[in-house]
Amino acid sequence: MLEKALTGSNRYWGWIAVLLAFMAAGALSYVQQYNYGLGLTGMSRDVSWGVYIAQFTFLVGVAASGVMVVLPYYLHNYKTFAKITILGEFLAVASVSMCLMFILADLGQPLRALNVLLHPTPNSILFWDMIVLNVYLFLNIFVGWVVLTAEKKDVAPPKWIKPFIYISIPWAVSIHTVTAFLYAGLPGRHFWLTAILAPRFLASAFAGGPALLILLCLIIKRVTKFDAGQEAIQKLVTIVTYAALINVFFVLLEFFTAYYSNIPGHMHTLDYLFFGLHGQGQLVPWMRVSTIFGIIAIVMFLVPATRKREDTLAIACVLLFFSLWIDKGIGLVIGGFVPSPLEEITAYHPSFQEIMITLGVWAAGFFILTVLYKIALGVKEEKMVS
Amino acid sequence: MDIKRRQFLKIAGLSTIAGLGAPAAFNLLLKGESSPVSFASSGSSPEASQEAAPTGVRLGMVIDQNVFDAYRGLAQKCITACHTVHNVPKFDNPKDEIKWIFEVPYEKAFTAKSHYHKNEQLHDSSFPVLCNHCDNPPCVRACPTKATFKRKDGIVAMDYHRCIGCRFCMAACPYGMRSFNWRDPRPFIDKTTYNKEFPTRMRGVVEKCNFCVERLAKGLQPACVEACGNSGAMVFGDMNDPHSEIRKKLAENFTIQRKPSLGTTPSVFYII
Repeated sequence: MLEKALTGSNRYWGWIAVLLAFMAAGALSYVQQYNYGLGLTGMSRDVSWGVYIAQFTFLVGVAASGVMVVLPYYLHNYKTFAKITILGEFLAVASVSMCLMFILADLGQPLRALNVLLHPTPNSILFWDMIVLNVYLFLNIFVGWVVLTAEKKDVAPPKWIKPFIYISIPWAVSIHTVTAFLYAGLPGRHFWLTAILAPRFLASAFAGGPALLILLCLIIKRVTKFDAGQEAIQKLVTIVTYAALINVFFVLLEFFTAYYSNIPGHMHTLDYLFFGLHGQGQLVPWMRVSTIFGIIAIVMFLVPATRKREDTLAIACVLLFFSLWIDKGIGLVIGGFVPSPLEEITAYHPSFQEIMITLGVWAAGFFILTVLYKIALGVKEEKMVS
Repeated sequence: MDIKRRQFLKIAGLSTIAGLGAPAAFNLLLKGESSPVSFASSGSSPEASQEAAPTGVRLGMVIDQNVFDAYRGLAQKCITACHTVHNVPKFDNPKDEIKWIFEVPYEKAFTAKSHYHKNEQLHDSSFPVLCNHCDNPPCVRACPTKATFKRKDGIVAMDYHRCIGCRFCMAACPYGMRSFNWRDPRPFIDKTTYNKEFPTRMRGVVEKCNFCVERLAKGLQPACVEACGNSGAMVFGDMNDPHSEIRKKLAENFTIQRKPSLGTTPSVFYII
């Protein structure tokens, strides 16, 4: 089936070329970072994780959100999602691939990465995260490929694939839970030390991931003959709306606990992110944009007129995705380091090379996504013609 | 019906075994080591579990801030001694900075303490801070490769050759005592004082105070303690040895630890 990715229109090849250009620029920057060390980034002793780990955390959510189409289709036999399930699975594949690339980009000694396997350490959450992410990557490639092959041959998927599908459902929840545990189990980092972090991660993931999937469906409808269908998209909108509202609810719970208890450690980071702490509020504009975009998006999802029109729906999805990306892809990780354990406030500004590497990894992820979607849609278009 | 009952019994039996085994497995997971002591003491109160391991060697340090206040400049002597003996590079910018022991004002060392019109000593003092060599170290729990590990004598040590530079330990340390080699440290080591007997590090690994484990092996005191001479500013030794000097110091003085509420049980104590 891979040959389907090798034939395409000029527009397809143009898009591939753009992605390859960004990947090349990212690779060049990575060579620089590899030779100099991570000092080439904006990270420091106090803010020791930056955009790489933040993107990783955000993308684990996008990966996990694949379950939002897999579960209704395979567990509840919800036929409307039959056409887009493969899109959800392949989005998960691309996202987990990006996660793994971001982790590698963040390692001080990337050549030693396999030490995690050579010296397995079950008391480290990172060890478990490595396991759940790689297994999830395998499950989605495997299930997606087997089901797609069956579709191409016009036969029902083999029965033995079912256990893999069923395992992939709780597994999706596990990847984001374990990723939340990376943060939620650290003493002295008050912003992360909250039992609600894992559910909050899942809620924002199940809002942001399907929002991206809607956007992808709308784009695919324009550039190919494949239409996910109004009903499937509207069902995704329902999922996104509920998840986004639950996420807002969770965020408000954090605010209540921090400000009503009035415990300084619990308020500090929220102050820093949303209002400024001791006059320093590097991320305040970002977090306010995130809040405003999130509110506008939710209103647009709730109002039938804006939800049903494709152009306004697309805008709402972009706003929500961007809002959640700021919240998790910037605020959560970087904010958690402020104030430092010595209660110092250190600003963090990603360097040029750091941004180029980040864009390069995103481009690589979209490259994987494009190739996988090209194959999947090629198979589906073949069926439509015959 | 019979089959159903048999199945039920099977499941019930299996889940009982799982239930009995789970706490033990969980304990193993949390500690990262199996210790019979933790099982024996699991019934005791949470306060009791905050105490140091009662048996074996547990190395610790008492810092007498009164002495440091009396001899200004003594802390700087300790810092220089430590950073020289361990080939710690000197960077001029805070972004690349590496430090094993350094001075901070009271509010930064003891963040949770509250005062109203605090006394003058707290105003002017600066406190030496270093790795606390916690009895329950979060950094060891976080490390995915055992590059950071706790020795039987209580020292939290590091294997620079195994560290992958993920910096999970830096996020885990609630004291901010870990540094990362953001770039090649070797050009920034003072050539005139270079110590051939201690390894230099490469870029991309984490480092921190090691309680001078390499000097203890030779029967020497830690470099910072040695720099204090017999001023009594720093006392180092086995806190479980009833005849040790540190034990005497702990028994005679009111001491405090940094952030005790986090349950890490630091091995560095301060007399203020």
